[in-house]
Amino acid sequence: MAHGGTVQRMDELAALESPAHRLDARAKAVVTFAFLVAVMSFPRHEVVALAPYVLYPVALLSLGGIPARWILKKLLVAAPFALFIGLFNPLLDRQPVALPGGLFVAAGWLSFASILARFALTVSAALALVACTGMDRLCAGLERLGLPRAFAVQLLFLHRYLFVISDEARRMRYGLALRTADGRAPSLRVYGSLLGHLLLRSMDRAQRIYGAMLARGFDGEIRILGTARWTARDALFTTGWLAFFAAARFWNLPEFAGRLLTGELR
Amino acid sequence: MSHHIVEARDVHYTYPGGHEALRGVSFRITHGEAVAVVGPNGAGKSTLLQHLNGTLLPARGEVRIGDDPVTRDTAPRIRRAVGMVFQDPDDQLFMPTVLEDVAFGPLNHGLAPEAAAERARAALERVGMSHAADQPPYRLSAGEKRAVSIAGVLALSPDVLVMDEPSSNLDPRGRRRLMELLKSFEHTKIIATHDLELVVEVCSRVILLDGGLVKAEGPVVQVLNDEPLMLAHGLERPHSLRHRHPH
Repeated sequence: MAHGGTVQRMDELAALESPAHRLDARAKAVVTFAFLVAVMSFPRHEVVALAPYVLYPVALLSLGGIPARWILKKLLVAAPFALFIGLFNPLLDRQPVALPGGLFVAAGWLSFASILARFALTVSAALALVACTGMDRLCAGLERLGLPRAFAVQLLFLHRYLFVISDEARRMRYGLALRTADGRAPSLRVYGSLLGHLLLRSMDRAQRIYGAMLARGFDGEIRILGTARWTARDALFTTGWLAFFAAARFWNLPEFAGRLLTGELR
Repeated sequence: MSHHIVEARDVHYTYPGGHEALRGVSFRITHGEAVAVVGPNGAGKSTLLQHLNGTLLPARGEVRIGDDPVTRDTAPRIRRAVGMVFQDPDDQLFMPTVLEDVAFGPLNHGLAPEAAAERARAALERVGMSHAADQPPYRLSAGEKRAVSIAGVLALSPDVLVMDEPSSNLDPRGRRRLMELLKSFEHTKIIATHDLELVVEVCSRVILLDGGLVKAEGPVVQVLNDEPLMLAHGLERPHSLRHRHPH
């Protein structure tokens, strides 16, 4: 029995009904893409100016009724990658930078923090997009946006087969655990054989799934039940967020807000 | 032109590894018949079934559905007429919800979304699974999954239903429901199975396959009652036939 895996959970979340789910997949895809570009385009020492961008994933998640804990857990799982990417920045880039309040830190710390912030923002936005849209609708939307069909279908299959492979892997790990004397780790050779089997099994299953899709008339085009209609709401969603991203990119909104509060602005 | 007749003429198939799975299989199944394909593991049952909708193409010989030979070109058309229910429902259920999964085929066949959803609902109703329409398929029990995968095929309104081990992994109640369901279909049915009691209840004719060849063919009672024949091919005489006394 397959239950509880990440991909299945994502499918479950994607099947929810909410204002965020009802938005056209194209609107969410375009906005999320713009979000990624905006976040990645900041200079590498920027931390504070990234803050306003938190709004987008938070808004999407709360509109979509996606539990924040789920996203946070996923972030934690992926966090080591980002940590290792930025780990040496504080050691390599030791030029002092003045912080508000008269403190000095190495510039590397700022770029390290910036990497972590960007990581959290982009990953949570991408997860929120898929959780509020569903891979099938997202792929169909991307195809209508002009993504070549081969890529859209590949993306959809990647999603399907991820679930297939993780399922096979879980069964094999269970089989291994049952036949392993407790405490002793199986040798590398066993793992090699296990991985080989996993590959073969998943290829077999992938073949069968593809056969089942062909048997029901699949011809390479993704068709879905939900009729996607571009409504005024989608247009508003898209233009609203694009404008916000642009504003947050060109003006340092937190600094602006700070000056407003301290009365520096006249 | 009828698509209800299924005919195999001297079908040979060898797998890329060199395993000769079918070595000259011939039979003819007519409109509305319910035919069981039985035989030991590795007899070539699944290989044979895959020839009926063009998933595999014969190395020699031919398969005809109605007036059409099954070829690479006719396969898409053949697949509208021949509905295939796979052995493992998990291979067949890949959409996020039951309704979307059942609608997958009708959408591919060019129905508008509303019409496809309509068809899907009717097919779910037919197999008694309407209540699960909005659930994700992997949440269902084995019996429910089987029912949904059958609905996915029924939604295409095929003329012929081909099933690979439909009763495997089902609990007795699920199996009983499945048999009642199968009996209620008027389609031409071709069922590969080890479940000989199901054969006795649902089918009228048996094709016994072993080593890629048809070893026997005939009415269910006649073939399955032949104890030496059954034992010689890794099968056994069903209990229900043992205890059936002619009055």
